[in-house]
Amino acid sequence: MATTTDIYPGRPYTEVEGNYLTHEKGILSWLTTVDHKRIGVMYLMCISTAFLFGGLFAMVIRWELFAPGATVPGLNADRYNQIFTLHGAIMVFLVIIPGIPAALGNFVLPMMLGAKDVAFPRLNLMSWYLWVVGALFAVISMVTSAADTGWTFYTPYSTTTQTAVIPMVVGAFILGFSSIFTGLNFIVTIHKMRPEGLTWFKLPLFLWSIYATAIIQVIATPVLGITLLLLIAERVMGVGIFDSTYGGDPVLFQHFFWFYSHPAVYIMILPAMGVISEMIPVFSRKHIFGYTAIAYSSVAIAMFSFIVWGHHMFTSMSPLSNMIFSAVTFSVSIPSAVKVFNWTATLYKGSIRLATPMCYALAFLFLFTIGGLTGLHLATLGTDIHLHDTYFVVAHFHYVMVGSTMIAFLGGLHYWWPKIFGKMYSETYGRLGCLTTFIGFNVTFLPQFVLGTRGMPRRYYDYLPEFQTLHAVSSIGAFIMGAGLFITLFCLLHSLKWGKPAADNPWGSAALEWQSTSPPHYHNFTKEPTVGDPYDYQDFKWDPKAEGYYKTAEGQGAA
Amino acid sequence: MGSESRGILQDSGRTRRRLTMTTETQAIDKSGHDHDHGHSPYLQHHFDTMEQQFNSGKLGMWLFLATEILLFGGLFVAYAIYRALHPEIFEYGHHFLDPVMGGTNTAVLILSSFTMAAAVRYAQEGKKTMLVACLVLTLGGACGFLVIKYFEYSHKMVHGVFPGKFYAPDDHILEEELMGAHGHGHEEGDGHHEEGHGHAAGDHEEAAHEEPAAAPMVVSQTPPAAEGEFVIEKSQIAEAGGGPEGLVGIVQQEPKMPKRPEKAHVFFGIYYLMTGLHGLHVVIGMCAIGWVLLKAMKGVFGPEYFTPVDLVGLYWHLVDLIWIFLFPLLYLID
Amino acid sequence: MNEGNTHNNEHHGVGHIVDWKVLIGVLTALLVLTYLTVKVTEFDLGPLNIVIALGIATVKATLVCLFFMHLYYDQPFNSLVLVSSVLFVLVFILFSLIDLSAYQPDIIQDYISSMRDPAYPLDEPQ
Repeated sequence: MATTTDIYPGRPYTEVEGNYLTHEKGILSWLTTVDHKRIGVMYLMCISTAFLFGGLFAMVIRWELFAPGATVPGLNADRYNQIFTLHGAIMVFLVIIPGIPAALGNFVLPMMLGAKDVAFPRLNLMSWYLWVVGALFAVISMVTSAADTGWTFYTPYSTTTQTAVIPMVVGAFILGFSSIFTGLNFIVTIHKMRPEGLTWFKLPLFLWSIYATAIIQVIATPVLGITLLLLIAERVMGVGIFDSTYGGDPVLFQHFFWFYSHPAVYIMILPAMGVISEMIPVFSRKHIFGYTAIAYSSVAIAMFSFIVWGHHMFTSMSPLSNMIFSAVTFSVSIPSAVKVFNWTATLYKGSIRLATPMCYALAFLFLFTIGGLTGLHLATLGTDIHLHDTYFVVAHFHYVMVGSTMIAFLGGLHYWWPKIFGKMYSETYGRLGCLTTFIGFNVTFLPQFVLGTRGMPRRYYDYLPEFQTLHAVSSIGAFIMGAGLFITLFCLLHSLKWGKPAADNPWGSAALEWQSTSPPHYHNFTKEPTVGDPYDYQDFKWDPKAEGYYKTAEGQGAA
Repeated sequence: MGSESRGILQDSGRTRRRLTMTTETQAIDKSGHDHDHGHSPYLQHHFDTMEQQFNSGKLGMWLFLATEILLFGGLFVAYAIYRALHPEIFEYGHHFLDPVMGGTNTAVLILSSFTMAAAVRYAQEGKKTMLVACLVLTLGGACGFLVIKYFEYSHKMVHGVFPGKFYAPDDHILEEELMGAHGHGHEEGDGHHEEGHGHAAGDHEEAAHEEPAAAPMVVSQTPPAAEGEFVIEKSQIAEAGGGPEGLVGIVQQEPKMPKRPEKAHVFFGIYYLMTGLHGLHVVIGMCAIGWVLLKAMKGVFGPEYFTPVDLVGLYWHLVDLIWIFLFPLLYLID
Repeated sequence: MNEGNTHNNEHHGVGHIVDWKVLIGVLTALLVLTYLTVKVTEFDLGPLNIVIALGIATVKATLVCLFFMHLYYDQPFNSLVLVSSVLFVLVFILFSLIDLSAYQPDIIQDYISSMRDPAYPLDEPQ
């Protein structure tokens, strides 16, 4: 390449003047920042903390279920209810829903657009503060008398239990607004901040999925808000909408709740799909297969997500509604399968490099397929009557929420880590963490499918002795998975101190965010980024000295 | 690199992002509000043109309004379901609402919406005095709405018409609203001191209400009549001047009180939630208008920059829109 | 209040300036429609009443959106946002209503009354 001029060489990390991490110092400069990158990092730290707590609660649950009867000293059945409620509420509202959009999306989205910031930077900071306030309410509920309703807050139990339901509900309400503002910001940013030349079909697929997610966040989350307000009103005043004691209809609460919470499932999974769509082509060195199909399927999933909520209520609805919702639910599998086929086709004959993010991406493909296909059993009315509220459901949604979303989040975190912090983590530890988590996850949740089909109901503190073997296997798996996550945590923290400086483009991606320095300048780009096909890798060359890719001048000539 | 990827991010005509590390860009980053050279002082650093900034703000506001519609949507769902499945509670409950007050409030909100639209126009033209005047008028309309709402609420609450499980109306209001004394004149507080019929014991507390708002509700200082005695005086018929149901009740001479449906309290739950949430939005809107008013008095707005007026205007119109639906759904049931 | 539309063509800022005639016309229409919707309730038209009331409200809301809120002059995407949010509310109402009305006949009507807390007054006052 001596004869060509490099557009941007993959160069080793040097202390960039004005890198966003260091150009202002002090905790206050972080707390008052409107820089989307810093807000993303703050989200990352907070969400990880919440994840740690949610995970510890999960460990307690699995420990308790290791054997029938009371297992954990001092944990009675009531406490157990509170623990699984906290596990669910924290993981859903504080970790998985904001996880990819608010932490990774905040960092990456404006850079993928070649923009300086999101459309409303101060609103972005406010979303983060709302997250913190919402988390504080969850803590208040936790330290007073933690809610024991399950994260779904079903009436009439939630209107009659003596535990601190209201703080938890207020927390979820506030977190909802945090989510709304993030989504609103992202929609406006994608619409209005695109530079000339970056048309809709040149956007990276991550942005399509974030866009589809943001639509759901904006349209569905307010309904959660009003549902929770009505729940509070029901508890305080007995308005008689949900509580049958006062003439209300508890099934109406389920309609309200799932009108939000089913689309919320897609708030969780769509960004994960976007992350996978970014990583698979990069590590296969091959253009993404079926770009348009993946892009449209994201939007289609978002639209379908609003008309399938009834499949959570097959045992409480009328036959007609059951049939409608079952039919629509099956149709969601079409756009989801479109994505899986396209990812698989991208892998086909690619030159696959098993870097840590790619390991996570492959794990995702495997786990998401299981999670998605078991969803079809639950969408079938006949089988759902048998499987409803059993461990089959628990295993199914954990395959989607953890096996897919968390795995994609971790993959994306490894993928963008060099960009965020400018350091390379150890591939050995990274892969080890991924493998351990993957094995642990499957050992935990595969037995739960079996438990569910044999009739083990969910949410139970105690169980019959014949379930013990599978429960014990599941618990052991959970501990393996916990260990895997700690290895990952160690790997990432280790890199901050001892990691090698990252090149600007260590993976050879053609998306715009890799044209900045690692870590980026606080205005994102020191040189105007060049817009092109985000999945075209043919002009990238590996520079072994810098351990990164650079783009050769043939690419520039074409441009 | 495809042959079509010519989109270098440099555009003619618009000065794009300044990426050099100069002191003024650092200042930009801190406040997030300052300006590039040669631009309107209101152009934020991450936008390229005022138009882009304006359109972004507008789309953001519309998305926010969409969330508001969905938020109220939940209440409309609750309304629709109970209206469809238990129409009798609406038939019963609407007697307690006064369509004249509701209609007045509708008119007040529509007028304030108009002054808000006019304010946006004046802001676009840079006419500061008229802008301030229109904003003050809008704020006045909002206050008027809340005052009328306060009369409506306090009249109900004094007589125990609370939502949900606290719903315990006293005889007084039941007779008044269901038996023909249903009249708009009542709230206007003129000459109702003869209206001496059955009080519940708790009714005395209203004598303690000194606020002007409660005063019209002080119907009687005379000792309460015996329970179950209905004395609707002739003189009152003219004053009541009520709606059709009012006249019917009186003409019959033998008033028959409609039976309270089992879920009557649900109507008031829905009524208080819908109007309460709407009232909360009125209050938030007043804060926003006040903020814009302060800025307008400083002379911030002009043809170049009027986005806050426009966006607050949009919000205020939404408050009006919701009420346009609430009014017929709650007050005008027959 | 009667400058007409003289400013429209000289306007250099962003956004559209709405004509005074339009604003006042919309105001008048809104007030007339409000009066109409009150008057129409005096006639008992059965189920048509609510249809008419909602129809008038929709017309009023459309006027406010198009002219007071500038949607008529705005980028069409903003209208799409509004319309789709309303559509989702309608979907929500429709599906919930289909389900809840379907199982009403199965509900034992006196069950709730028999379960009710005796302290809670159920029927007419005294």
